[in-house]
Amino acid sequence: MRCLANLLVPAIMALSGGLVTLAQTPPYNVGRPATDQEIRAWDIAIGPEGEELPPGSGTSKEGAKIYAQRCASCHGPTAAEGKFIHGPLLGGRETLTTLYPLKTLGSYWPFATGIWDYIRRGMPPGGEGSLTTDEVYHLTAFLLYRNGIIKETDVLNEKNLPKIQMPNRNGFVPAKPEWKPGEKRPHGLYP
Amino acid sequence: MDAKQPGRRRFLKSGAALAGLAVSGIRPAAGQTPGASPDVVHKERAAYGQPSRFEAASRIPAGPNPGSRTPLQDVVGIIAANGLHFVQSSYSGDNIDPRKHRLLIHGMVHRPLIFSLEDLKRLPSVSRIHFVECTGNTSPVTPSLTTIRGGIGDGTGKGSEWIDELHQSVQQTHGKMGCAWYTGVLLSVLLREAGVKPEAGWLLLEGAEPGHLSRSIPLAKGMDDVLVAYGQNGEAIRPEQGYPFRTVVPGFEGNINIKWLRRVKVIDQPHMVKEEINNYTSLRLDGKARWFQLEMPVKSVITFPSSGQRLPGPGFYNITGLAWSGRGAIRKVEVSVDSGRTWKDAQLEDPVVRMAWTRFHFPWTWNGEATRVLSRSTDEQGDVQPTLAEFSKVWGVNLEYWRKTTNFVNHFNVIQPWKINGDGSVQNAMLG
Repeated sequence: MRCLANLLVPAIMALSGGLVTLAQTPPYNVGRPATDQEIRAWDIAIGPEGEELPPGSGTSKEGAKIYAQRCASCHGPTAAEGKFIHGPLLGGRETLTTLYPLKTLGSYWPFATGIWDYIRRGMPPGGEGSLTTDEVYHLTAFLLYRNGIIKETDVLNEKNLPKIQMPNRNGFVPAKPEWKPGEKRPHGLYP
Repeated sequence: MDAKQPGRRRFLKSGAALAGLAVSGIRPAAGQTPGASPDVVHKERAAYGQPSRFEAASRIPAGPNPGSRTPLQDVVGIIAANGLHFVQSSYSGDNIDPRKHRLLIHGMVHRPLIFSLEDLKRLPSVSRIHFVECTGNTSPVTPSLTTIRGGIGDGTGKGSEWIDELHQSVQQTHGKMGCAWYTGVLLSVLLREAGVKPEAGWLLLEGAEPGHLSRSIPLAKGMDDVLVAYGQNGEAIRPEQGYPFRTVVPGFEGNINIKWLRRVKVIDQPHMVKEEINNYTSLRLDGKARWFQLEMPVKSVITFPSSGQRLPGPGFYNITGLAWSGRGAIRKVEVSVDSGRTWKDAQLEDPVVRMAWTRFHFPWTWNGEATRVLSRSTDEQGDVQPTLAEFSKVWGVNLEYWRKTTNFVNHFNVIQPWKINGDGSVQNAMLG
């Protein structure tokens, strides 16, 4: 049994026959076809290019009202007071190289689309998915404005949200994430 | 004390008062009879069995999570029992009805498909032993700590949760991991049913729980050894572990092993969901952060003797522990019983499985003098577990950094020293 899985893995790779030949007929014909409607209902993830963003728009002024009602009880009245797991939503720009880095949307997140995606799927706790599309745009605009990334009067929509340049856009390495099976990396992959 | 109420901490308290009780896991009890007549036995046998009431092994909390960390000091062999296996979830999908639950495979595929649990069980299955380890297991700083102390990076200068704490047990330092025998369908089987298009390069895995935790993994990994598991250790996956089915992504960060799997989207680049641009990145001192670290590094820890336990006196002890690597099989574990001056090979217990816990043993006769015991593992890639000093050198920091920083360092795999005092008590000695 020693290293049994060592022997199995190459065998499985051989069976799969490479990645490009997968278009052929399904080997088992198990499972049923998904309808476009089912896919649309579940396909909630928003990538950095934002092509999955639903049409809609929002402003920081409207966002401030929704924030006060739905978010302030956890994140604090101005979004700077948050003390839960992920801390405040504002500030921290000059802290990333210090002993006490403050990772916020403004100081850390590389893509504005991630803010929209996360508010829509994960907020508020207990009411996930209850915000309308426009409410998510309003809140995203509010947080981007409070972080000094857009102007208070800017109208955010599915077209301009992915184009917003986040301050820490180039703060991550490697620039293009990659992985190869069995790749040799320095111990611990760090730092 | 109430012998029926579980609680390791209370056990430790009462155990400390009992001079002869050296090793954890046994709960003292009074007034019991050694057996019962057949009639009574048959009447009292539960339909679903429980451990002996003398056994105290249980999970302990991590932050606000009440049943989180595996009692590694009580685990035997290389499998964490389902009731003891660590649990860490951002959200919870505890009430998912398998009759309604579905898995969608779509994106860059020729045939978008939907699978039920029944469908999955019709397909060829495999059973594999794999560890799942929280990305931040053993990290000196944890989000839960900063919650207690009032927020990450609040400038209070309070970082270390355990690194400097003498009485942190191996459950507290290393318990955010488990190892289990998973049964399910290889994800590659499902992807072949759907027919992956040539332009694909990554997969997005997504859970059905509120919040829909998602992670991107390379397609090559998905075609290699990823499981869609509906079984764990011989029974259905437990609700807190992803019932009715979850992914097991061997060797990758715990959070990538998406539970309550509802969707696999075939894509051409990582989706950059919140978890991969914020939570599960490692911020370096130059202000750059490493993302997509993916595989957990080579690591090991001695589970006996470990902090909180007590050796009753000089004599023979079988030092034992666990070693694992996200990048393959464990090749070697060395043990030092003289505070790291000399190292000798430990015996590896069969089976030695890739991306699974490997149990090691090291026979030792203690002379009664104070010392430190340590273990160091090497994996099939030749990667060697670093000391804290070596790890710190790579990071360009001194040891003081780990006491003070609120920087949450993932993939923290340093060698864990346990100090054996002259009286046989054992303490955490990470910082000396």
